[in-house]
Amino acid sequence: MDQLIDILLLMLSSVLVQNFIFAKFYGICPFLGVSDKPATAAGMGMAVTFVITLSSAATWAVYNFILEPFNLTFLKTIAFILIIAALVQLIEMFLKKFVPSLYQALGIYLPLITTNCAVLGSALLNIQNEYSFVYSVAVGFAAAIGFTMAILIFAGVRARLQFAQAPKSFQGMPLVLISAGLIAMAFSGFSGISF
Amino acid sequence: MNKYVKQIKEGIVDQNPTLVQFLGMCPTLATTTSVSNAVGMGLAATAVLICSNVFISLLRKFIPKEIRIASYIVIISGFVTAVELLMKAFFTPLYDALGLYIPLIVVNCIILARAEAYASKNPVLPSAVDGLSMGLGFTVALVLIASVREILGAGTWLGLRVTPASYEPALIFILPAGAFLTLGMIVAAVNKGKAFAAAYADAHPKPEGVDVLPDEMVTEAPAAESEAAAENNEPGNEPNTETNSEESEVTANGSAD
Repeated sequence: MDQLIDILLLMLSSVLVQNFIFAKFYGICPFLGVSDKPATAAGMGMAVTFVITLSSAATWAVYNFILEPFNLTFLKTIAFILIIAALVQLIEMFLKKFVPSLYQALGIYLPLITTNCAVLGSALLNIQNEYSFVYSVAVGFAAAIGFTMAILIFAGVRARLQFAQAPKSFQGMPLVLISAGLIAMAFSGFSGISF
Repeated sequence: MNKYVKQIKEGIVDQNPTLVQFLGMCPTLATTTSVSNAVGMGLAATAVLICSNVFISLLRKFIPKEIRIASYIVIISGFVTAVELLMKAFFTPLYDALGLYIPLIVVNCIILARAEAYASKNPVLPSAVDGLSMGLGFTVALVLIASVREILGAGTWLGLRVTPASYEPALIFILPAGAFLTLGMIVAAVNKGKAFAAAYADAHPKPEGVDVLPDEMVTEAPAAESEAAAENNEPGNEPNTETNSEESEVTANGSAD
């Protein structure tokens, strides 16, 4: 029971306090790239959640059953990026064959996830914190939910930015970055909660 | 030789990977809390970029087209691991400060973008120069952002105190929110600089046969602008200059891109 509460608190902290986008800066490229419409943001968020949860499990297993026993831990970056790339490819083929509707929905976002630092970052973070298998998967899933939440909130803000009358040099990326900064300020309020 | 100098200038100013192309945003925002971290990150990425560009360029005729992205990622992660181990051995404090962002150089889009767009199509020497130029552009941008954040947020530059004792450091610039705000302001200043340069080029049409001139103007303007922004960095200053240059802006816009 204690452990369950521990996991839930850790998950809550990964969603709010240690938010991937606003506190750790993992996955900024997709965050800035595909957050212009809520629908595409939701698609990206779903794809990332899917991949991070599975890759947390896969990388944990490979690290603890292969790299650690053979003293190959210095190869973890290469091993993890290959696992993630293979996993993304597998998921893509699986979805295409068995769940075509989801495949259509995720569309081009799946292949892009290989180079999303949120996925590699969460795998490396699990190893660094020496989490057990259940913790790794739970924290990976929660962090991905935090990413999805951030990208969805921001898509809503960006929809309104289109009508903002900004000075010419602020149009486009500068305005997007500054509004992300304002949301990050709101999120830094969560750091007052300590678990 | 002249060609390479021009290529390096291109990477640092006109095609700056961070401030113009918006690649590699994660390390840009995350490691610019202090100038020393920014220099470390920039140089580590530059080393990986040069090595991977050279290697990919050497292998460009042997890598099958279908699996090229996967091959590039394996090559890049090999060099990243080498850099990581070297930093752990010789620059331990920097290694500890940068933490997970060193292995994350693997997924830095600048490196993959240069492999795909340049090194896979060009011979070894130009590819190495391209890696150097893009890497320096990345480093310069990181140092610029980090200078603003460290001076305003901690009152120091490279650890040395630069502000008067009466200055109360604004902690927000060290916090994540400050990273977004600072980068937003600097990109706006760069845009402004580009508009000025274009307006200047419009007002002074270039003489026939001399194509060095406009290049130099583009070089000067954004750099000067960004430094100005680094000093004031206040949103209030932008609209002022905006109204003054409204006319030139309008004429500039047609030819800005």
